[in-house]
Amino acid sequence: MKTEDLITMLSSGPDVGVAARPARLTVLPLAGGLLASVVLMLALLGLHPNLAQVALLPAFWIKLVFAATLACAGWFATKRLSAPGARTVTLPLWLGGPVLLLWCAAAVVLLQAAPDARADLFWGRTWRYCPALIALLSLPVLAATLHVMRGLAPTRLRLAGAAAGFAAGAVAAVVYCLHCPEMSIVFVGFWYLIGILTPAALGAAIGPRVLAW
Amino acid sequence: MQRTSEVDLLRSTELRLHALFLQGVDGDALAYRRFLQATATHLRAFLRRRLSRWPDEVEDLVQESLLAIHNQRLSYDTGVPLTAWIYAIARYKLIDWLRRHARRDNLHDPLDDLQADESALFSSADAEAGEARRDVAKLLATLPDKQRDAIIHTKLDGLSVREAAGLLQMSEAAIKVAVHRGLKALATTLRDAK
Repeated sequence: MKTEDLITMLSSGPDVGVAARPARLTVLPLAGGLLASVVLMLALLGLHPNLAQVALLPAFWIKLVFAATLACAGWFATKRLSAPGARTVTLPLWLGGPVLLLWCAAAVVLLQAAPDARADLFWGRTWRYCPALIALLSLPVLAATLHVMRGLAPTRLRLAGAAAGFAAGAVAAVVYCLHCPEMSIVFVGFWYLIGILTPAALGAAIGPRVLAW
Repeated sequence: MQRTSEVDLLRSTELRLHALFLQGVDGDALAYRRFLQATATHLRAFLRRRLSRWPDEVEDLVQESLLAIHNQRLSYDTGVPLTAWIYAIARYKLIDWLRRHARRDNLHDPLDDLQADESALFSSADAEAGEARRDVAKLLATLPDKQRDAIIHTKLDGLSVREAAGLLQMSEAAIKVAVHRGLKALATTLRDAK
Protein backbone atom coordinates (compact mmCIF):
# COMPACT_ATOMS: atom_id res chain seq x y z
CA MET A 1 0.00 0.00 0.00
CA LYS A 2 1.32 3.41 -0.92
CA THR A 3 1.72 5.99 1.82
CA GLU A 4 -0.82 8.24 0.09
CA ASP A 5 -3.35 5.38 0.22
CA LEU A 6 -2.59 4.76 3.87
CA ILE A 7 -3.24 8.45 4.56
CA THR A 8 -6.54 8.22 2.68
CA MET A 9 -7.46 5.17 4.74
CA LEU A 10 -6.54 6.79 8.04
CA SER A 11 -8.37 10.04 7.24
CA SER A 12 -11.68 8.49 6.30
CA GLY A 13 -14.31 6.49 8.11
CA PRO A 14 -15.77 6.66 11.57
CA ASP A 15 -12.58 7.11 13.57
CA VAL A 16 -11.40 10.46 12.19
CA GLY A 17 -12.93 12.35 15.09
CA VAL A 18 -12.06 10.96 18.52
CA ALA A 19 -13.64 11.50 21.90
CA ALA A 20 -11.51 11.85 25.02
CA ARG A 21 -10.31 8.63 26.63
CA PRO A 22 -12.90 7.53 29.21
CA ALA A 23 -11.67 8.05 32.77
CA ARG A 24 -12.75 4.55 33.79
CA LEU A 25 -9.94 3.05 31.67
CA THR A 26 -7.52 4.66 34.09
CA VAL A 27 -9.51 4.70 37.33
CA LEU A 28 -10.81 1.12 37.40
CA PRO A 29 -7.47 -0.73 37.04
CA LEU A 30 -5.77 1.59 39.53
CA ALA A 31 -8.60 1.21 42.05
CA GLY A 32 -8.39 -2.56 41.58
CA GLY A 33 -4.64 -2.53 42.17
CA LEU A 34 -5.01 -0.41 45.29
CA LEU A 35 -7.75 -2.66 46.64
CA ALA A 36 -5.63 -5.77 46.04
CA SER A 37 -2.75 -4.13 47.86
CA VAL A 38 -4.97 -3.26 50.87
CA VAL A 39 -6.42 -6.78 50.98
CA LEU A 40 -2.92 -8.24 50.82
CA MET A 41 -1.85 -6.03 53.72
CA LEU A 42 -4.89 -6.97 55.82
CA ALA A 43 -4.53 -10.69 55.09
CA LEU A 44 -0.76 -10.96 55.56
CA LEU A 45 -0.04 -8.33 58.18
CA GLY A 46 -3.21 -6.86 59.66
CA LEU A 47 -3.78 -3.32 60.83
CA HIS A 48 -1.59 -1.84 63.55
CA PRO A 49 -3.18 -3.18 66.79
CA ASN A 50 -3.41 0.28 68.34
CA LEU A 51 -4.15 2.25 65.19
CA ALA A 52 -6.62 4.57 66.94
CA GLN A 53 -3.98 5.69 69.46
CA VAL A 54 -1.16 5.74 66.94
CA ALA A 55 -3.25 7.98 64.71
CA LEU A 56 -3.02 10.68 67.38
CA LEU A 57 0.78 10.87 67.06
CA PRO A 58 2.30 13.43 64.69
CA ALA A 59 4.95 10.86 63.67
CA PHE A 60 2.23 8.67 62.16
CA TRP A 61 0.94 11.56 60.08
CA ILE A 62 4.40 12.67 58.94
CA LYS A 63 4.98 9.12 57.70
CA LEU A 64 1.62 9.00 55.94
CA VAL A 65 1.94 12.46 54.36
CA PHE A 66 5.48 11.64 53.19
CA ALA A 67 4.33 8.46 51.45
CA ALA A 68 1.22 10.15 50.03
CA THR A 69 3.28 13.07 48.68
CA LEU A 70 5.64 10.66 46.95
CA ALA A 71 2.63 8.81 45.54
CA CYS A 72 1.31 12.07 44.05
CA ALA A 73 4.73 12.97 42.66
CA GLY A 74 5.08 9.47 41.22
CA TRP A 75 1.65 9.69 39.65
CA PHE A 76 2.56 13.05 38.10
CA ALA A 77 5.80 11.58 36.70
CA THR A 78 3.94 8.56 35.35
CA LYS A 79 1.45 10.80 33.60
CA ARG A 80 4.16 12.95 32.03
CA LEU A 81 6.16 9.95 30.85
CA SER A 82 3.07 8.42 29.25
CA ALA A 83 2.63 11.32 26.82
CA PRO A 84 5.10 11.76 23.95
CA GLY A 85 7.02 15.04 24.08
CA ALA A 86 5.81 16.10 27.53
CA ARG A 87 8.28 18.09 29.60
CA THR A 88 10.17 15.99 32.11
CA VAL A 89 12.92 18.34 33.39
CA THR A 90 11.03 19.22 36.59
CA LEU A 91 10.32 15.61 37.53
CA PRO A 92 13.49 15.02 39.63
CA LEU A 93 12.51 18.06 41.68
CA TRP A 94 9.03 16.70 42.36
CA LEU A 95 10.31 13.25 43.25
CA GLY A 96 13.41 14.33 45.16
CA GLY A 97 11.99 17.39 46.98
CA PRO A 98 9.89 15.51 49.56
CA VAL A 99 12.80 13.11 50.20
CA LEU A 100 15.27 15.94 50.83
CA LEU A 101 12.77 17.65 53.12
CA LEU A 102 12.30 14.49 55.16
CA TRP A 103 16.05 13.89 55.30
CA CYS A 104 16.56 17.39 56.74
CA ALA A 105 13.96 16.67 59.41
CA ALA A 106 15.57 13.27 60.08
CA ALA A 107 18.99 14.91 60.45
CA VAL A 108 17.58 17.30 63.04
CA VAL A 109 16.00 14.40 64.94
CA LEU A 110 19.29 12.48 64.91
CA LEU A 111 21.28 15.48 66.09
CA GLN A 112 18.91 16.13 68.96
CA ALA A 113 18.71 12.50 70.07
CA ALA A 114 20.98 11.07 72.75
CA PRO A 115 23.94 9.34 71.04
CA ASP A 116 23.00 5.84 72.22
CA ALA A 117 19.40 6.24 70.99
CA ARG A 118 20.45 7.04 67.41
CA ALA A 119 20.98 3.49 66.26
CA ASP A 120 17.44 2.57 67.33
CA LEU A 121 15.99 5.53 65.44
CA PHE A 122 17.64 4.28 62.26
CA TRP A 123 17.23 0.51 62.53
CA GLY A 124 13.93 0.34 64.42
CA ARG A 125 12.74 -3.21 65.01
CA THR A 126 11.50 -4.09 61.53
CA TRP A 127 14.19 -2.97 59.09
CA ARG A 128 14.75 -6.55 57.99
CA TYR A 129 11.37 -6.92 56.35
CA CYS A 130 9.85 -3.45 55.99
CA PRO A 131 11.32 -2.74 52.48
CA ALA A 132 10.43 -6.21 51.22
CA LEU A 133 6.84 -5.89 52.47
CA ILE A 134 6.39 -2.48 50.81
CA ALA A 135 7.78 -3.91 47.57
CA LEU A 136 5.42 -6.88 47.85
CA LEU A 137 2.37 -4.68 48.47
CA SER A 138 3.33 -2.56 45.47
CA LEU A 139 3.11 -5.42 42.98
CA PRO A 140 -0.66 -5.25 42.27
CA VAL A 141 -0.47 -1.45 41.92
CA LEU A 142 2.56 -1.77 39.62
CA ALA A 143 0.75 -4.27 37.42
CA ALA A 144 -2.28 -1.95 37.21
CA THR A 145 -0.14 1.10 36.44
CA LEU A 146 1.78 -0.68 33.68
CA HIS A 147 -1.52 -1.91 32.26
CA VAL A 148 -2.86 1.66 32.10
CA MET A 149 0.42 2.87 30.56
CA ARG A 150 0.18 0.27 27.82
CA GLY A 151 -2.99 2.04 26.65
CA LEU A 152 -1.07 5.33 26.45
CA ALA A 153 2.11 6.14 24.55
CA PRO A 154 5.29 6.19 26.64
CA THR A 155 8.36 6.85 24.48
CA ARG A 156 11.11 6.49 27.10
CA LEU A 157 10.27 3.04 28.29
CA ARG A 158 12.89 2.53 30.99
CA LEU A 159 12.10 5.85 32.65
CA ALA A 160 8.36 5.27 32.26
CA GLY A 161 8.65 1.84 33.90
CA ALA A 162 10.72 3.32 36.73
CA ALA A 163 8.13 6.06 37.31
CA ALA A 164 5.33 3.49 37.38
CA GLY A 165 7.31 1.45 39.94
CA PHE A 166 8.03 4.51 42.05
CA ALA A 167 4.36 5.53 42.10
CA ALA A 168 3.29 1.97 42.93
CA GLY A 169 5.91 1.73 45.69
CA ALA A 170 4.76 5.01 47.23
CA VAL A 171 1.11 3.90 47.16
CA ALA A 172 2.15 0.64 48.82
CA ALA A 173 4.02 2.66 51.46
CA VAL A 174 0.78 4.52 52.25
CA VAL A 175 -0.98 1.17 52.65
CA TYR A 176 1.88 -0.21 54.74
CA CYS A 177 1.64 2.81 57.10
CA LEU A 178 -1.59 1.32 58.45
CA HIS A 179 0.36 -1.68 59.70
CA CYS A 180 3.86 -0.36 60.35
CA PRO A 181 4.86 -0.17 64.03
CA GLU A 182 7.80 2.18 63.42
CA MET A 183 7.42 5.81 64.47
CA SER A 184 10.87 7.22 63.67
CA ILE A 185 11.18 9.45 60.61
CA VAL A 186 14.84 8.44 60.35
CA PHE A 187 13.62 4.90 59.76
CA VAL A 188 11.03 6.07 57.25
CA GLY A 189 13.53 8.22 55.37
CA PHE A 190 15.73 5.22 54.65
CA TRP A 191 13.86 1.91 54.81
CA TYR A 192 10.59 3.14 53.28
CA LEU A 193 12.61 4.68 50.49
CA ILE A 194 14.34 1.35 49.82
CA GLY A 195 10.88 -0.24 49.70
CA ILE A 196 9.74 2.35 47.14
CA LEU A 197 12.89 2.21 45.02
CA THR A 198 12.74 -1.59 44.72
CA PRO A 199 9.60 -1.61 42.55
CA ALA A 200 11.03 1.43 40.70
CA ALA A 201 14.07 -0.66 39.77
CA LEU A 202 11.80 -3.54 38.80
CA GLY A 203 9.73 -1.19 36.61
CA ALA A 204 12.88 0.11 34.93
CA ALA A 205 14.02 -3.44 34.28
CA ILE A 206 10.79 -4.66 32.68
CA GLY A 207 9.62 -1.34 31.15
CA PRO A 208 11.26 -1.72 27.73
CA ARG A 209 9.74 -5.16 27.28
CA VAL A 210 6.29 -4.56 28.76
CA LEU A 211 5.59 -1.07 27.44
CA ALA A 212 6.84 -1.30 23.84
CA TRP A 213 4.29 -0.40 21.15
CA MET B 1 19.95 35.06 11.69
CA GLN B 2 19.54 31.62 10.23
CA ARG B 3 18.58 30.27 13.63
CA THR B 4 15.86 32.94 13.94
CA SER B 5 14.27 32.04 10.63
CA GLU B 6 14.42 28.37 11.62
CA VAL B 7 12.56 29.15 14.83
CA ASP B 8 9.96 31.14 12.87
CA LEU B 9 9.58 28.27 10.44
CA LEU B 10 9.08 25.79 13.27
CA ARG B 11 6.53 28.08 14.88
CA SER B 12 4.50 28.48 11.70
CA THR B 13 4.64 24.71 11.12
CA GLU B 14 3.43 24.21 14.67
CA LEU B 15 0.51 26.60 14.23
CA ARG B 16 -0.54 25.08 10.91
CA LEU B 17 -0.27 21.43 11.99
CA HIS B 18 -1.87 22.12 15.35
CA ALA B 19 -4.91 23.75 13.72
CA LEU B 20 -5.32 20.90 11.22
CA PHE B 21 -4.84 18.28 13.94
CA LEU B 22 -7.49 19.77 16.22
CA GLN B 23 -9.95 20.06 13.32
CA GLY B 24 -9.21 16.42 12.55
CA VAL B 25 -9.85 15.30 16.14
CA ASP B 26 -13.20 17.12 15.84
CA GLY B 27 -14.04 14.97 12.82
CA ASP B 28 -12.92 17.12 9.86
CA ALA B 29 -11.58 14.44 7.48
CA LEU B 30 -10.10 16.87 4.95
CA ALA B 31 -8.14 18.80 7.58
CA TYR B 32 -6.94 15.54 9.08
CA ARG B 33 -5.81 14.31 5.69
CA ARG B 34 -3.79 17.49 5.12
CA PHE B 35 -2.30 17.09 8.58
CA LEU B 36 -1.17 13.54 7.82
CA GLN B 37 0.20 14.55 4.40
CA ALA B 38 2.25 17.40 5.82
CA THR B 39 3.48 15.23 8.68
CA ALA B 40 4.46 12.47 6.25
CA THR B 41 6.76 14.81 4.29
CA HIS B 42 8.60 15.81 7.46
CA LEU B 43 8.81 12.22 8.68
CA ARG B 44 10.20 11.11 5.33
CA ALA B 45 12.98 13.70 5.23
CA PHE B 46 13.84 13.05 8.87
CA LEU B 47 13.98 9.27 8.48
CA ARG B 48 15.73 9.35 5.09
CA ARG B 49 18.61 11.29 6.62
CA ARG B 50 18.91 8.94 9.57
CA LEU B 51 18.38 5.68 7.74
CA SER B 52 20.82 6.48 4.94
CA ARG B 53 22.26 3.02 5.42
CA TRP B 54 18.85 1.39 5.06
CA PRO B 55 17.09 3.47 2.34
CA ASP B 56 14.55 0.72 1.65
CA GLU B 57 13.19 0.98 5.18
CA VAL B 58 12.34 4.68 5.05
CA GLU B 59 8.84 4.44 3.63
CA ASP B 60 7.93 1.54 5.92
CA LEU B 61 8.90 3.57 8.92
CA VAL B 62 7.02 6.61 7.60
CA GLN B 63 3.90 4.43 7.43
CA GLU B 64 4.52 2.87 10.81
CA SER B 65 4.92 6.33 12.35
CA LEU B 66 1.77 7.65 10.68
CA LEU B 67 -0.22 4.71 11.98
CA ALA B 68 1.25 5.24 15.45
CA ILE B 69 0.37 8.94 15.33
CA HIS B 70 -3.18 8.04 14.30
CA ASN B 71 -3.62 5.37 16.98
CA GLN B 72 -2.10 7.45 19.78
CA ARG B 73 -3.88 10.73 19.03
CA LEU B 74 -5.51 10.77 22.45
CA SER B 75 -2.11 10.78 24.14
CA TYR B 76 -1.54 14.31 22.86
CA ASP B 77 -1.62 16.66 25.81
CA THR B 78 -2.68 20.11 24.60
CA GLY B 79 -0.16 21.67 27.00
CA VAL B 80 2.86 20.83 24.83
CA PRO B 81 3.63 21.73 21.20
CA LEU B 82 2.17 19.25 18.74
CA THR B 83 5.49 19.22 16.88
CA ALA B 84 7.23 18.01 20.06
CA TRP B 85 4.64 15.24 20.36
CA ILE B 86 5.12 14.13 16.74
CA TYR B 87 8.90 14.31 17.06
CA ALA B 88 8.82 12.14 20.20
CA ILE B 89 6.77 9.49 18.40
CA ALA B 90 8.98 9.55 15.27
CA ARG B 91 12.11 9.32 17.37
CA TYR B 92 10.62 6.47 19.41
CA LYS B 93 9.71 4.54 16.26
CA LEU B 94 13.18 5.11 14.80
CA ILE B 95 14.95 3.94 17.96
CA ASP B 96 12.60 0.98 18.28
CA TRP B 97 13.38 -0.07 14.72
CA LEU B 98 17.14 0.39 15.13
CA ARG B 99 17.16 -1.61 18.36
CA ARG B 100 15.35 -4.45 16.69
CA HIS B 101 17.10 -4.50 13.33
CA ALA B 102 20.44 -2.77 13.37
CA ARG B 103 23.60 -4.01 14.98
CA ARG B 104 24.54 -2.27 18.17
CA ASP B 105 27.64 -0.57 16.74
CA ASN B 106 25.51 1.01 14.04
CA LEU B 107 23.14 2.52 16.55
CA HIS B 108 24.94 5.71 17.48
CA ASP B 109 25.32 7.13 14.02
CA PRO B 110 21.65 7.81 13.11
CA LEU B 111 20.86 9.20 16.54
CA ASP B 112 23.94 11.35 16.83
CA ASP B 113 22.08 14.57 16.28
CA LEU B 114 23.12 18.10 17.08
CA GLN B 115 19.53 19.32 17.07
CA ALA B 116 17.98 16.85 19.45
CA ASP B 117 14.55 18.42 19.42
CA GLU B 118 11.57 18.80 17.10
CA SER B 119 13.41 21.23 14.79
CA ALA B 120 15.38 18.18 13.62
CA LEU B 121 12.12 16.80 12.26
CA PHE B 122 10.41 19.91 10.97
CA SER B 123 13.34 21.73 9.35
CA SER B 124 12.94 19.70 6.18
CA ALA B 125 10.28 18.02 4.10
CA ASP B 126 10.29 15.38 1.38
CA ALA B 127 7.16 14.76 -0.64
CA GLU B 128 8.66 12.06 -2.82
CA ALA B 129 7.36 8.81 -1.43
CA GLY B 130 9.46 5.71 -1.93
CA GLU B 131 8.14 2.19 -2.10
CA ALA B 132 7.11 0.53 1.12
CA ARG B 133 8.34 -3.03 1.49
CA ARG B 134 5.81 -4.18 4.02
CA ASP B 135 2.41 -4.03 2.39
CA VAL B 136 -0.23 -2.66 4.74
CA ALA B 137 -3.00 -4.05 2.53
CA LYS B 138 -1.56 -7.57 2.86
CA LEU B 139 -1.09 -7.21 6.61
CA LEU B 140 -4.67 -5.99 6.86
CA ALA B 141 -5.77 -9.33 5.48
CA THR B 142 -4.16 -11.13 8.43
CA LEU B 143 -6.38 -9.39 11.02
CA PRO B 144 -9.36 -11.15 12.61
CA ASP B 145 -12.36 -11.15 10.21
CA LYS B 146 -14.51 -8.62 12.04
CA GLN B 147 -11.74 -6.09 12.47
CA ARG B 148 -10.55 -6.47 8.90
CA ASP B 149 -14.02 -6.18 7.39
CA ALA B 150 -14.96 -3.21 9.57
CA ILE B 151 -11.82 -1.36 8.42
CA ILE B 152 -12.23 -2.29 4.76
CA HIS B 153 -15.91 -1.29 4.62
CA THR B 154 -15.71 1.98 6.52
CA LYS B 155 -12.20 3.19 5.72
CA LEU B 156 -11.46 1.85 2.24
CA ASP B 157 -14.80 1.23 0.52
CA GLY B 158 -16.36 4.37 1.99
CA LEU B 159 -19.48 2.81 3.53
CA SER B 160 -21.11 4.60 6.45
CA VAL B 161 -20.98 2.98 9.86
CA ARG B 162 -24.68 2.15 9.58
CA GLU B 163 -24.24 0.45 6.20
CA ALA B 164 -21.27 -1.53 7.45
CA ALA B 165 -23.20 -2.50 10.58
CA GLY B 166 -26.04 -3.83 8.44
CA LEU B 167 -23.70 -5.70 6.14
CA LEU B 168 -21.67 -7.33 8.92
CA GLN B 169 -24.64 -7.79 11.27
CA MET B 170 -22.93 -5.95 14.06
CA SER B 171 -24.04 -2.93 16.08
CA GLU B 172 -22.72 0.48 15.06
CA ALA B 173 -20.80 0.73 18.33
CA ALA B 174 -19.24 -2.68 17.68
CA ILE B 175 -18.10 -1.49 14.23
CA LYS B 176 -16.33 1.50 15.74
CA VAL B 177 -14.66 -0.68 18.36
CA ALA B 178 -13.60 -3.19 15.69
CA VAL B 179 -12.04 -0.40 13.58
CA HIS B 180 -10.18 0.97 16.56
CA ARG B 181 -8.88 -2.42 17.74
CA GLY B 182 -8.09 -3.44 14.18
CA LEU B 183 -5.84 -0.43 13.62
CA LYS B 184 -4.05 -1.10 16.90
CA ALA B 185 -3.54 -4.72 15.88
CA LEU B 186 -2.37 -3.53 12.46
CA ALA B 187 0.26 -1.35 14.12
CA THR B 188 1.57 -4.35 16.05
CA THR B 189 1.61 -6.50 12.90
CA LEU B 190 3.40 -3.78 10.96
CA ARG B 191 6.00 -3.44 13.69
CA ASP B 192 6.67 -7.17 13.81
CA ALA B 193 6.63 -7.77 10.04
CA LYS B 194 10.01 -8.07 8.38
